[in-house]
Amino acid sequence: MSRQYLIRRLLIAIPSLLGISVVLFAVLAMAPGDPFEELATNPAVPPEVRMALRAKFGLDDPIWTRYLHWLAAMLQGDWGFSFASRMDVDKLILQRLPVTLIVIGSSQILAILVALPVGVLAATRPYSVFDQIANTLAFIGFSLPTFFTGLLLILVFSIQLDWLPFVYRTDIEAKGWLFYWEHIKQSIMPVAVLGLFQGASLVRYVRSSVLDVIRLDYVTTARSKGIGERKVITKHVVRNALIPVVTLVALQMPIVFGGAIVTEQIFRVPGIGSLLISAMLANDTPVVMGVTFVFACLVVLFNLIADILYGWLDPRIAFR
Amino acid sequence: MRSTRAESSDASVCVAEPLLDIRGLKTWFKTDDGMVRAVDGVDLHIDRGETLGVVGESGCGKTVTARSVLKLIDMPPGRFEDGEILWQGRNLIPLEQAEMNKIRAREIAIIFQEPMTSLNPVYTVGDQIAEVIELHQKLSRKQALVGAAEMLRLVNIPHPQRRVHDYPHQFSGGMRQRVMIAMALSCQPKLLIADEPTTALDVTIQAQILELMQEMKDKFGMAIMLITHAMGVVAETCQRVTVMYAGKVVEEAPVEALFGNPRHPYTQGLIRSIPRVDRAAEKKQRLEAIAGTVPSLLDPPPGCRFASRCKHAMEVCTRAMPPLKEVGPGHFVRCVL
Repeated sequence: MSRQYLIRRLLIAIPSLLGISVVLFAVLAMAPGDPFEELATNPAVPPEVRMALRAKFGLDDPIWTRYLHWLAAMLQGDWGFSFASRMDVDKLILQRLPVTLIVIGSSQILAILVALPVGVLAATRPYSVFDQIANTLAFIGFSLPTFFTGLLLILVFSIQLDWLPFVYRTDIEAKGWLFYWEHIKQSIMPVAVLGLFQGASLVRYVRSSVLDVIRLDYVTTARSKGIGERKVITKHVVRNALIPVVTLVALQMPIVFGGAIVTEQIFRVPGIGSLLISAMLANDTPVVMGVTFVFACLVVLFNLIADILYGWLDPRIAFR
Repeated sequence: MRSTRAESSDASVCVAEPLLDIRGLKTWFKTDDGMVRAVDGVDLHIDRGETLGVVGESGCGKTVTARSVLKLIDMPPGRFEDGEILWQGRNLIPLEQAEMNKIRAREIAIIFQEPMTSLNPVYTVGDQIAEVIELHQKLSRKQALVGAAEMLRLVNIPHPQRRVHDYPHQFSGGMRQRVMIAMALSCQPKLLIADEPTTALDVTIQAQILELMQEMKDKFGMAIMLITHAMGVVAETCQRVTVMYAGKVVEEAPVEALFGNPRHPYTQGLIRSIPRVDRAAEKKQRLEAIAGTVPSLLDPPPGCRFASRCKHAMEVCTRAMPPLKEVGPGHFVRCVL
């Protein structure tokens, strides 16, 4: 795979991100709600002041001039100003983004770590006791919504057993190892809820993909070579079976971010998901625009990563 | 001949011992509808360095027999109901996976019908050949790759040093079958099982592949079990032929005897159904086909399995399966006629 391919893919991402930003901006502009609603109900603020403020922030301009303003400012690194938090949107997002990335990243890693071995083992022993149990748990896992399992875990581990905190804190005062330990402790539940939910459906994908590959001719060829069954599976089956799974994981990324928003709300994780929700409730348009755009960038990025993974897994894909 | 061989299993007369001796093999498959008797009491043997043709139409059990030898049948649903597979006198059926893996590729190798799907698309052909060499000859990866290139040269693939790093999709069907042959022969097995190696290839390539197999046989001196449904291929390449029908051997003979004096009505039908350009030119007649289809192998009725399609069928044919009887030197037939 060449560097040229990578650069070209990144260049292709630019128009799609531009398109996404146009749609987002248009939808938000058409949505009801006014960031100065509060001022309207506040008798201390005369209507003239309100109008002056609107004009100052350019809210009365036509949509396309507002979009171009936003785009020009954003390209210069100015993502706008949050009306509600009284601070720059980029700072606000950068404050929250690492938490979200850590929670989503670890939950995806957990999902893959669980789904790969379980799916492969289940597929190599179809209809065995192990397969039946794995299937049943997978069905339960992806049938239960995260807001339900999240509350259940809080009930059991925080309230009944009092092992884990159920509010995610960023102001941990402990030092050294204890600091990390506190962070791990408060991440366990959100990561487990998201990861196992993702892992449950991933198990099904991995299992069916392995089942598809395992009866192909080249697997019989591999067996006829006299290499052990374990190596037949790990070397000749799994790599081929992963190709469709990569697509599915990439396609699921938007759903993962959506799920993260809910999970962040439940566990009070101060990530960009909960930022988005509070910004929406406060009609804080610049923040909503910024966060949704960051989500869009992340989805595009994960699709790019999936494309690169494809090429690494499957030599038939030429990077031209 | 068969009975004398069974008696002389004494080690002192090892000359008489065939390389592979399949006795009364029954490979059955359990399905939702019942037991499918895909291979139902097959006897066949291959001597060192000979080419045995196994012929019969689709679904007669040729492929299952071949895969049974290397135990490449999925179990379940398949299972060995009865019989022995004696490889140089040693029964393979009770062997553990690990023991079997020492025989696979090193002593018995196999190539398949579909060269397009028999190679793993995500590894280079060199990798896939080297994998066998590395495993059985205990060589390093680097040495094994040199061996792989040498094998590619032997099967007449141009620029083997470069091609060894290519992926299967960069080869044509015929070339891929050459790669499969190179892989199968890389550990110089004593027996090569070729399961319809030319069926998926076009005619000119078929001839090239058969020629290559003959050439490799002359070079390495292995025996070949050539499974095919093309009688023409058999006539050209085999010394002996076993004809299978519905999971049973119906005739076994040296190739001249089989074509000169076919005894079983099914064999006669097979030979008559070979298209003949010379005859068709004089008198445009319809190609003679055997009417009907292979009977279901699910709980087959007693009696000769060909009876329902046989022109000479008599009442006795439907009552009991006729035994395999000797009608000439090395010529056996399962028919009352």
